Amino acid sequence: MKEKILINARIIDPSQKMDEKGSIIIDENGKIKSIGKDVKKSNSSASAEIIDLKNNILIPGIVDMKAFVGEPGYEYKENFRTLSQAALAGGVTSIVTMPNTKPIIDNVSMVDFIIRRGRDKASVNLYPCATLTREIEGKQMTEFGLLSAKGIIGFTDVVKTVQNTETMARIMDYASDINVLIMQHVEDYELSKNGCINDGEVSTRLGLEGISYIAEKVIIERDLSLLNEFPCRYHINQISSKESLDVIKRNKENGMKFSVGVSINNLSLNENDIGDFKTFLKLSPPLRLEDDRLALVQGIKSGLIDVIVSDHTPEDEEGKRLPFAQAATGAIGIETLLPLALEMHHNESLPLVKIIETLTINPAKILRINKGSLKKGSDADICIFDLDAPWVVKANMLKSKSKNTAVEDRKLQGKVLMTFLKGDLVFKST
Amino acid sequence: MAVQKNTPAIKNLPKHLLGIQNLSIQEAKKILEEAKSFIKLNRSASKKLDVLHGKTQINLFFEPSTRTQSSFDLAGKRLGADVMTMNMSNSALKKGETLIDTAMTLNAMHPDIIVIRHQDSGAPNLLSQKVNCTVINAGDGRREHPTQALLDALTIINRKGKIEGLKIAICGDILHSRVARSNIYLMNMLGAEVNVIAPKTLMPRSIERLGVKSFTDMKKGLDGCDIVMMLRLQNERMQGSFLPSKREYYEFYGLTPEKLKFANKDALIMHPGPMNRGVEIDTKLADDINVSLVKEQVELGVAVRMACLKLYCK
Repeated sequence: MKEKILINARIIDPSQKMDEKGSIIIDENGKIKSIGKDVKKSNSSASAEIIDLKNNILIPGIVDMKAFVGEPGYEYKENFRTLSQAALAGGVTSIVTMPNTKPIIDNVSMVDFIIRRGRDKASVNLYPCATLTREIEGKQMTEFGLLSAKGIIGFTDVVKTVQNTETMARIMDYASDINVLIMQHVEDYELSKNGCINDGEVSTRLGLEGISYIAEKVIIERDLSLLNEFPCRYHINQISSKESLDVIKRNKENGMKFSVGVSINNLSLNENDIGDFKTFLKLSPPLRLEDDRLALVQGIKSGLIDVIVSDHTPEDEEGKRLPFAQAATGAIGIETLLPLALEMHHNESLPLVKIIETLTINPAKILRINKGSLKKGSDADICIFDLDAPWVVKANMLKSKSKNTAVEDRKLQGKVLMTFLKGDLVFKST
Repeated sequence: MAVQKNTPAIKNLPKHLLGIQNLSIQEAKKILEEAKSFIKLNRSASKKLDVLHGKTQINLFFEPSTRTQSSFDLAGKRLGADVMTMNMSNSALKKGETLIDTAMTLNAMHPDIIVIRHQDSGAPNLLSQKVNCTVINAGDGRREHPTQALLDALTIINRKGKIEGLKIAICGDILHSRVARSNIYLMNMLGAEVNVIAPKTLMPRSIERLGVKSFTDMKKGLDGCDIVMMLRLQNERMQGSFLPSKREYYEFYGLTPEKLKFANKDALIMHPGPMNRGVEIDTKLADDINVSLVKEQVELGVAVRMACLKLYCK
């Protein structure tokens, strides 16, 4: 690889508290050689390739903590190749993949397969999760130690919650000893039974069974009580309501250590967007009130929420062309993650640096991976975007194999121009 | 809400009848006006017309129903349509065929109108996007049952002469009731004031946003009411954790002659049927022709459905 120098960039790297005009030099090994306002063309070798970024923004490659790749078992929804293309087009260079595949990733031999397959077919950094419990049944914990040794980054039952309190207590107790990351979906099944959207005016009008915010809140309350007894690395995958934030605030103020994520969907949409039974907006956790959405944005601002995830959930048309209650849950989103997040900058609800932080260094810290930063010596995983470029989301233009976007026809401002992975230019907008 | 006496003529109704929510006041009044003309016909010796001669009507019932299904069946036949009723509760859907597949199959047979009853809210909306013909909702999940609300309105108009200015109470399992929702929209639209009365566990979230007052106490909720609509309490709700027992429900929410006294002196009772006598309504009260409109509701149901079929079938 030839040395590269990217000049005329506005570099935003929250890991170094950097927001300045400058340049960045990538060495022959794809690592950051130098970065910042003091880096000049003359610092690079004479043969270096020069790329002029024309004052566009340069950030560390995005780390998405929650995405589903269809392999194995659901290749018709997404595969490593299509997921990689969608991710890179969205400036995402590192992905935490979900284990609810077919077969489920809950044993060591599956991990070998998934890592090998990912290495051969994917062109992004993959961090596979294994399930928290065998067969996602919420009963028996998986082999945390053995699976971690094989390269599993964290443990999650994805869209399922361990309902049994005793089981959850044991999981946390055991995990605290060997320091593995537990990523919990928070939902009480009895309270959410048959529910498919927020319990409120829209569910009353559409005649659909609702999921109350209480279903989320009671599990958070329970888990944080347990965490107090068994301090482990505990992460809440996604929250959706104001009331959950109140619980999180109280516990974080009491000095509890845990992390919290939110889906870009819950930051960009509310229950009214479901309109006349739009099944692409059937999500878990569900979209809630505008007040909840605003509270979640504030939660990011105040640091109660640590990361924004795409919750990329590809589903084929067949699964969505059904009466709402029967339709599949989830939306794709890895390609639109950054542009949607930038809305919160454009409408002045969040500082740009804060948005970038939740997409880069924060997830990297939770995962304890050496990503999300452009410090000297790091891998040159880089996303370059035009902050203001307008575009309209069209499902058929997106690179995912499934086209179930929740933001069809949305007018966005902010477009990824280039993505580098370990120094290689892997995506360029046309 | 101001209601004009003479409804201005509207040229075209929307293509489908999916719910009262999608209907304008003029459209609702046009249907009611049309239905009035069929009441007499249905009471006469010769009930057959040929306005739908050559038209094909398919009744697609995914949920068991007696009165709505037979009512649509008769209505279509009296207008001269070829009517086919498909009972889908034990049919292809169980073999894995989706609603869309069924719709496409039927669509290929060129029906002019499909009447659908489905257990999932929004199923008629989905169907209407996939077929060429008109779709009439005969009840979907807990969302809407527009022809029931229209027949209730016609029954009230028939007895009270108007709806505007009346106070109407809807009592019982509001949470699971499509009849309640459609009636809330229609009665509000036609200028009535609507109270809903239910135990808290059977009251939908944010129901006030639909333009009603909600009560948990029959005495307060029935105060000043001209019409008392009782809803069926399904037995399976008893076994769940919605209510402690049938006995307790009847004690607080069952309509008895004593409770009826909380309403206006000349108040009338309605029920969409089928009734659980002794659960939501006292059996004698239900049969008292001086106060109960239950039989009239069934009778006028046919007229309303004839009006809908005639107006929507193009």
